[in-house]
Amino acid sequence: MPSDFNIQYVAHLARLSLSPAEEQQFGAQLGGILGYIEKLKELDVTGIEPTAHAVPLVNVFRPDLAGPSLSNEEALRNAPAKSGGLFLVPKIVE
Amino acid sequence: MLNQLTISQLAGQLARREVSSRQAMRDCLDQIQRVDGRLHAFLSFDAADALAQADRADQALAAAPSGRPLLGVPIAIKDVIAVQGQPLRCASKILGNFISPYSATVIDKLQAAGAVVFGRLNMDEFAMGSSTENSAFGPTSNPWDPGRIPGGSSGGSAAAVVADECLAALGSDTGGSIRQPAALCGCVGLKPTYGRVSRYGLVAFASSLDQIGPLAKDVRDAALLLHAISGADPRDSTSVPQAVPDYAAALNGDIKGLKIGLASQYMIGGLDPRVAAAVQAAVKQLEKLGAEIVEISLPHTEYAVAAYYIIATAEASANLARFDGVRYGARVDGADPIELYLKTRGAGFGPEVKRRIILGTYVLSSGYYDAYYLRAQKVRTLIRRDFLQAFAKVDAIATPTTPTAAFRAGEKSGDPLQMYLSDIFTISCNLAGICGLSLPCGFTSDPKLPIGLQLLGKPFGEETILRIAHAYEQSTDWHQQKPPLS
Repeated sequence: MPSDFNIQYVAHLARLSLSPAEEQQFGAQLGGILGYIEKLKELDVTGIEPTAHAVPLVNVFRPDLAGPSLSNEEALRNAPAKSGGLFLVPKIVE
Repeated sequence: MLNQLTISQLAGQLARREVSSRQAMRDCLDQIQRVDGRLHAFLSFDAADALAQADRADQALAAAPSGRPLLGVPIAIKDVIAVQGQPLRCASKILGNFISPYSATVIDKLQAAGAVVFGRLNMDEFAMGSSTENSAFGPTSNPWDPGRIPGGSSGGSAAAVVADECLAALGSDTGGSIRQPAALCGCVGLKPTYGRVSRYGLVAFASSLDQIGPLAKDVRDAALLLHAISGADPRDSTSVPQAVPDYAAALNGDIKGLKIGLASQYMIGGLDPRVAAAVQAAVKQLEKLGAEIVEISLPHTEYAVAAYYIIATAEASANLARFDGVRYGARVDGADPIELYLKTRGAGFGPEVKRRIILGTYVLSSGYYDAYYLRAQKVRTLIRRDFLQAFAKVDAIATPTTPTAAFRAGEKSGDPLQMYLSDIFTISCNLAGICGLSLPCGFTSDPKLPIGLQLLGKPFGEETILRIAHAYEQSTDWHQQKPPLS
């Protein structure tokens, strides 16, 4: 495992709160997985192009036309908190 | 009992008005009542809605010949595919009581073909797992042995099909999640070529790997379902505008002269000798049916699992960022938005999803992108190249679907790396974007557990692997054997 793997830092980047027990358990398990992944370093990939998608399609466009979409009510139906046709969240700006 | 029929058998009886869709649906619901307490293949189902759909199908059947191939046929759906008005939770707590506001394209297509779409099938949370033990709502059991896992992540789909709780099911496959449970439960499962089937309305796990596909009782049913759900879709820009052939018409039993490749790289140390023997016997049978067996090489096979767990987790960490408690799903309140995100995601995601998000976030984080993600994408090129070179020589490749038959519940759940390595034969197919299917090719004895043969095909080569699978299936009776449930 890379010595600088800091699970608290990465979990914060991912916006995941972990319990101390989870930090310890996942840290050990991810260490094993990262060790296994090091295997890829055996390969010489000089000059090899990366594959992002197996079937490369480029420039898939559609006409820029307005079509039917979800109503405001439908879009808010699964919201955990809403008010006045909007999603409600804790205060962002003072 | 109409629930025990295949789609093609039931559709024939329905078209001749010998039976009703209501009776078929009723028989499925009765079977769920009888066995699902033990199996837990379904997370939920709406019996009244299913019977109402069946009644509408019966009216259409009475009116005129419809030409709709699935009219009145009950099909159940993995809990990762949106069906308008039905719950969708991806077997996760984080989605709360989410109800889909629209249907996936595959659901629109199934309904246009006349299917009765019902039920939410259990799975590993967000399709992350190989045993269905990662469901937040409890595991599914293997119909052949309740102490064993059904495979995953589409474990509910495979168990429901094999237990005759539905006529067939849809699943999704990112690294083997259709083929592996199909092998471990004993049904046919097909992962289409990337882009063959629209992903619109499929909750994204790893967008460059995910495909929806059928789990069915025989090869013909898999072909019928694939035909119904395939095709380009303006709502999925990665779907490919390639004509959809009549897959069932390809099942002519003639595989004379077809070349089938065997790769030495799939004869690994952890391969159970009983699985190896069943697959070797199946290959002999294919040879007897007229296929030519050719040695091929897939030299980068041993790097597939490592490349997969970088690419899939990286994509997942980005895709699952949307589950933040703001627009839908369960929320745990915080003093500010960051605290709300942290608490909501910490409480809502299960352990395997958290592990993968952390791994994916790490491999994409500043300073590590080139060493992990970019390198894995280059290795993906090498793996794809292996297959394209092999397919210059052969029409299909035969492998075991899994290294072992179904393992015991709890056996690998504490060791994520061992769980990942159980996907070693199915993962390359997704990285290369080719198609693959699994079909029954035998059983272990004591305990009796199904074994799967995997056939891998060229990009858009579904007709060929279906034809080979069908010819093999028709010369065996593995697919007719049923688990001891009653």
